[in-house]
Amino acid sequence: MTVPEEAEDEPARRKPDDDQPVPLYVVTGGRSESADAMALDLVTLVVARADPHSGQSPEHTALLRMCRYPISVAEISAYLGLPFSAATVLLTDLLDSSQVEVRQTRVEQRQAAADPDLDTLRALIDGLQRL
Amino acid sequence: MAYNDSDTAGRHAAYAGGPREEDLLPSSAEQSVKVVVVGGFGVGKTTMVGSVSEIRPLTTEETMTQAGAGVDDLAGVERKTETTVAMDFGRITLDERLVLYLFGTPGQQRFWFLWNGVIEGALGAVVLVDTRRLEDSFQAMDRLEECGVPFVVAVNTFPDAPLHPVPELRAALDLPARVPVVTCDARGFDSSREVLLTLLRHLYARATEGDPPSPAVTASPSPSEAP
Repeated sequence: MTVPEEAEDEPARRKPDDDQPVPLYVVTGGRSESADAMALDLVTLVVARADPHSGQSPEHTALLRMCRYPISVAEISAYLGLPFSAATVLLTDLLDSSQVEVRQTRVEQRQAAADPDLDTLRALIDGLQRL
Repeated sequence: MAYNDSDTAGRHAAYAGGPREEDLLPSSAEQSVKVVVVGGFGVGKTTMVGSVSEIRPLTTEETMTQAGAGVDDLAGVERKTETTVAMDFGRITLDERLVLYLFGTPGQQRFWFLWNGVIEGALGAVVLVDTRRLEDSFQAMDRLEECGVPFVVAVNTFPDAPLHPVPELRAALDLPARVPVVTCDARGFDSSREVLLTLLRHLYARATEGDPPSPAVTASPSPSEAP
């Protein structure tokens, strides 16, 4: 049984007004990337399926609050001030625990982009013309 | 100032806490598409994104780690370089279910090439060109062709840049006939929207015609076609 020396009380917790950035490996629990993280594109829309519960990290809580309406991974990354890959790691946790869901997987999104259907292109053109 | 591509410092703090009420997507939003604006440094990518976006442009970033080239030395020490690449993006909600995201890729092109997932999965791209620095766009166009991402070329008309007729620009850029070339003012909403419409109509034409032959095959000079 080993007790790591750095077991002080939650050294990683970010105070709201703390300008000092928390190292990314702390935010993401030391993971830099997971296989599932690759399932998320910059524009993947994410939406919450559950409220945050007590005991979740401030990052997970903030992320869940952000996803009450659909929001892209890029926007999440921007609002959290985290690199894209770090945001996907946090999101993957929430996907694994079914607290969020994606509206379209990255594979679906990429297939649709590689071979766009005419209805989508027409909707894009019509939508832009209406602006 | 209007054309500053790198004015991203200190933005994160202003947006902490998530989107404003008026920036929320409808809960029915379910499909998103990605369009990238590429081009040399200072050509107006961020300006164009800001011109058409319904939200204030946001910034996402990625830390790129690249193994140093040619340093596979006897000691087995792997030298790596880390670079943070920031990218501005905007958003247009087209209807209750469809959302378009527009990404302005950073000026240091050799870095965003490393950011996997920026142009992969893009519906199409706008190559923004400054006629004073045409060569800046060559690398971007090569990369798009490699990735099979269709694009249009938009010439940003800077007040002090020389005006070239479109056929001349097409020849200088060595563009296949089927790639649309338009002029624009990236500062203007209507002009920037027209560039996006040109891209989407191009994609629509491609989709109705089926897959065009690879650019390598059709790149023979054909300077006669109309702009």
